[in-house]
Amino acid sequence: MIVKPTLQDLKAIGFYLGKIILGLALTMIIPILIGLFAKEFNPALDFLISLEISLIIGLILVKVCYTERELNWMQGMIVVSLSWVVAMFLGAIPMYLSGHWLSYSDACFDSMSGFATTGLTLVQDLDHLSLAHNLWRHLIMFIGGQGIVIIALSFFVKGASGAFKLYVGEARDEKIMPNVVNTARFIWLVSIVYLVLGTLSLGIVGVLEGLRPASALFHGACIFMAAFDTGGFAPQSQNILYYHSFVFEIVTIVLIILGAINFKLHYHIWMGNRKEIRRNLESVTFFITVITAFSITAMGLAQTGIYSKAVLLFRKGFYQLISAHTGTGFQTIYAQQFTSEWNHLALVGIIVAMGLGGAVCSTTGAIKMLRIGIIFKAFVEDIKRIMLPERAIVVQKFHHIKEVFLEDKQVRSALLITLAFLILYGIGAGVGMFFGYPFANALFESTSAAANVGLSCGITSPSMPAGLKLTYILQMWAGRLEFMSVFTLIGFLITAVKGK
Amino acid sequence: MKKLICIFGILFLTSGLAFAQGIPGDELINNAKLYNGKIVSYKGEAIGEVMRRGDYAWVNIREGNTVLGIWLPFTLAKEIAYAGSYNVRGDIVEVTGVFNRACPEHGGDLDIHAQALRKIVSGKQVKEKLNPAKANQALILLGVLFLVWILTLFLRK
Repeated sequence: MIVKPTLQDLKAIGFYLGKIILGLALTMIIPILIGLFAKEFNPALDFLISLEISLIIGLILVKVCYTERELNWMQGMIVVSLSWVVAMFLGAIPMYLSGHWLSYSDACFDSMSGFATTGLTLVQDLDHLSLAHNLWRHLIMFIGGQGIVIIALSFFVKGASGAFKLYVGEARDEKIMPNVVNTARFIWLVSIVYLVLGTLSLGIVGVLEGLRPASALFHGACIFMAAFDTGGFAPQSQNILYYHSFVFEIVTIVLIILGAINFKLHYHIWMGNRKEIRRNLESVTFFITVITAFSITAMGLAQTGIYSKAVLLFRKGFYQLISAHTGTGFQTIYAQQFTSEWNHLALVGIIVAMGLGGAVCSTTGAIKMLRIGIIFKAFVEDIKRIMLPERAIVVQKFHHIKEVFLEDKQVRSALLITLAFLILYGIGAGVGMFFGYPFANALFESTSAAANVGLSCGITSPSMPAGLKLTYILQMWAGRLEFMSVFTLIGFLITAVKGK
Repeated sequence: MKKLICIFGILFLTSGLAFAQGIPGDELINNAKLYNGKIVSYKGEAIGEVMRRGDYAWVNIREGNTVLGIWLPFTLAKEIAYAGSYNVRGDIVEVTGVFNRACPEHGGDLDIHAQALRKIVSGKQVKEKLNPAKANQALILLGVLFLVWILTLFLRK
């Protein structure tokens, strides 16, 4: 029998959702201050209006749904999936009010793209966007990269049990500290330290490359947030190509790799355990898949003959590849060049890299390295079973922070999520083809959206069909949350209608 | 005379000056192979900043929805007084130079190495006027927020 959600369920969901909305509302103070400082009064008003709307909704939810009960698993999952949808709607308000997005749905697309750290964009005339709005685009990547509910976990949610359910619902299942609230705070500590260092590095490079100091610092902060959170937005419409700087590219490569590393690995490196990088299954898998995917892309590019020297091929090919593999989406070529200048083999390398992603418990999306490593280890184990005598006991181990025995449960979980991602990439590609785009282009853009990458081969534009925009929004959302909380929400809605 | 015109015509078409009229940015990117190494003319608004690199500079010029990077001597770049941003309309300029599909000098960037720059329209600072409708909305919402806050004080936990 399907049981209908109770009033207590709704109250708990509403209460925690309200708290997350209040947390999100407070982040809008930052662009208001930037707007006032830069004398951009209309943009500051856009954010004031959005802040007020968010506070009103948050306050009403917190008071009307007040409860002292802790969240159960179902409620936690639903709070997480709904909070990302609500964040999309609220985060889109200032964008839409700026007049740089053709419709509210376009603003919602960019808002989800920002929070999910994807980087696909429908903004118009980005080069004339206010500093406040531009900062907001990158700030939502920073918030989304750490996880929207991490804010709530860090500051608002009491009780470790409820907090852990929210944490897991946001596609993170690894605790760095024994307490999940302390884990959330550690994630913020790592991010803030890198924010300062990354902004300064990029700012200095910017000044050396000819930007004004204040402008270099602003660009540095924005690019850092998009890089470390493997987002892919940039303050100018040419993305990273705007800077025409090799050094800038090198610094962003370092930052996006740092963003793609498991926060738990960051913790061990910070604690002086540097050997972990060489031993960890995720970093080893990442190294192998980067080389493999780059080899495919490089072969494709060599066939095209577009780059006259190997060094040019490496610079362009590797940058797009590492950007794809880490799920960032920074580009140093124009979107159209993927289809007009690169061949299908080069695109395959990029699509494979996008589909694989970075580490678990990082800011990246997609299948992720630990799962790929586990699946590979399971294959090796099965081959060993076939080759060794029947009586032999085959035990497969892998190193991820500590030595772990490979269990069927882990393999099943890794395969299920991988399968779900492959289906999601396929569905998006199918919808793209339905709207008349060629298979390769449709698969490229779909993988980019679902894996939260943000590279575009030119399909994503304000003129693309509304159905495709909605598909990509859903892909970005489901891909970022890794399905479970989204499936729980769907189940919840079904029980609300059909339950007794 | 006809022969002379024909010779000049052929020389003109094959000398790389064939594309010296203004070409849209999209056209250049989508048909980069065709224009590679040719002298092209490109017109648009200077945006962002002029980034000086020694005796040269990078300027990014926007035409329609496309922005192309222009590499030019700093003496030419100095002509640009306004580069477009939120409150600045950038100078509209026309550059003439060699189009590179994957520039060997600049890490494979698609760019134009400008030999000449002509300012067509001077840019300007745009004064922002406060939008009264937005100000009113913000005030009304502030009132609503205050009311909700007062009401929540009366709601028992």
